[in-house]
Amino acid sequence: MELGPYILLATLEGMITASVLALTAVGLSLVFGVMRVVNIAHGEFFMLGAVIAWCVAQMLGGHPAVGFAAALVIAPLLVGSLAIAADMTILKRLDYDPERTIVATIGLLYIIQQLTLMSFGPEARPVQPPFNTRIALPWFEMGADGFKLIWPWGLGTTTYKLFVIVAAAALLLAVRLMMTRTKIGLLMRATQADREMALAFGIPVERIYALVFGIGAGLAAMAAVLIVPIQQAHYLMGADPLLLSFIVVIIGGLGSLPGTVVAAILIGLSDGIISVFFSPTLAKILATLLVGLVLVFRPQGLFGIRSV
Amino acid sequence: MLELRGVNAGYDQAQVLRDLSLEVRAGEILCLLGRNGAGKTTTMKTIMGLLPLMSGEITLDGQVISNMPAYEIPRAGIGYVPQGRRLFTGLSVAQNLEVGLRARNSGADTLEEVLDLFPRLRERLQQPAQTLSGGEQQMLATARALCLRPKVLLLDEPTEGLQPSMIEAIRQVILKMRADGIAVLLIEQRLDAVLPVADRVAFIENGRNGETLSAETLRGDPSIAASYMGV
Repeated sequence: MELGPYILLATLEGMITASVLALTAVGLSLVFGVMRVVNIAHGEFFMLGAVIAWCVAQMLGGHPAVGFAAALVIAPLLVGSLAIAADMTILKRLDYDPERTIVATIGLLYIIQQLTLMSFGPEARPVQPPFNTRIALPWFEMGADGFKLIWPWGLGTTTYKLFVIVAAAALLLAVRLMMTRTKIGLLMRATQADREMALAFGIPVERIYALVFGIGAGLAAMAAVLIVPIQQAHYLMGADPLLLSFIVVIIGGLGSLPGTVVAAILIGLSDGIISVFFSPTLAKILATLLVGLVLVFRPQGLFGIRSV
Repeated sequence: MLELRGVNAGYDQAQVLRDLSLEVRAGEILCLLGRNGAGKTTTMKTIMGLLPLMSGEITLDGQVISNMPAYEIPRAGIGYVPQGRRLFTGLSVAQNLEVGLRARNSGADTLEEVLDLFPRLRERLQQPAQTLSGGEQQMLATARALCLRPKVLLLDEPTEGLQPSMIEAIRQVILKMRADGIAVLLIEQRLDAVLPVADRVAFIENGRNGETLSAETLRGDPSIAASYMGV
């Protein structure tokens, strides 16, 4: 097989990474943007989403689609409620102080991770995808008689992988509509712009914070439910999404949702392509290098607004 | 209408207000005058519940508001126009006003009335708030507070840095609010900006009450102000 099909394959894999990453990072970005809280435990909310998806699939049994559909609803709700509880019992008591919340979420990270290890165990456990039909992809060839479609061996994807991309895009669109078109989105953006004035205009900021923290964690959990049929659930799986989410949020501009999505596609695609042709480690090295460059030359991120 | 009784308040360990008492009546403009750092802005933030009260009591229409959570205080009927305008950046003019409308569930008729007071905002409804000129931003900050249909209006240096025509426009709105029976608490730096509109002037010095005089008296003898205002 020539180079072209490999690139197509790598791009497809990259798109899956990108779409799941975009969902996870938008959750992190929302929490940072509105609450100014750097949530180190975000990756663990992602991991919990995957673990809960496995548990739900095990308990329900039957056709994989039943468990999957249930997990897609139950996991974000459970993880979101846990996050709201963490917000009300921990972050609120720290007055959302930027430094102390970092330390607190590091603690939360280890608590969630170790509790999962003690209950779920150290094994990686697979979840059946709800549907998984193979689709062969065509490639073109310049033959003697001009263009010709061929079906190279090994070039293909599955319906589930395409579904992940579509579902993530739909969820991102839903988040955007929530922020721009709904009452709660308006209150969130007003709180993000000026917390004190939000209070002075009757916005219950603490309730908004709890909700935002819950939604942020719920988005991470949903991303994990989408990826777990491809990747398996494991108690340490939160580290990579956390690192990549931070990379994406910094490159895209802290608090900017469109910037986060663009950066997620950039990082996801390059991660996919570089991992296929070189090594996953090199992909991470380059992404981290890019963060360094962005921080030096454009500290507000690609889409961020420099504060006046 | 709005009454502060023996209020002590400040930032963390630094107490700013000491036993401060004030009363703003319905349909009057009370102006708070004092040097920089005397505690004028702190007084407003304390009324809004944005700073913790160490002791004392604040009532609105006889109802104690100083023990309410901060977000309930505007809902009780206090509109706040803060220093430096502090609009919600990133939100359009219309959305800034909507936040004001939602605070007390005011309807579309309130929005129409407010826009009639500030016709320039009507032309810019879809524009992001931060792209307005300084004067328009001040109009928006005032309009946002009026969207609450407040019983009490707090204005912190509403004419700071504005051109004379804008100052006049804002002043006319303040006078109209007084005529509608709203209690207005106004902070200004300069005495000459205050005297034409104020009914009473309360001086504040190092967070404590100074004299409270009628504007008549001050107009007759502006030298009284000198000791509170410095050079």
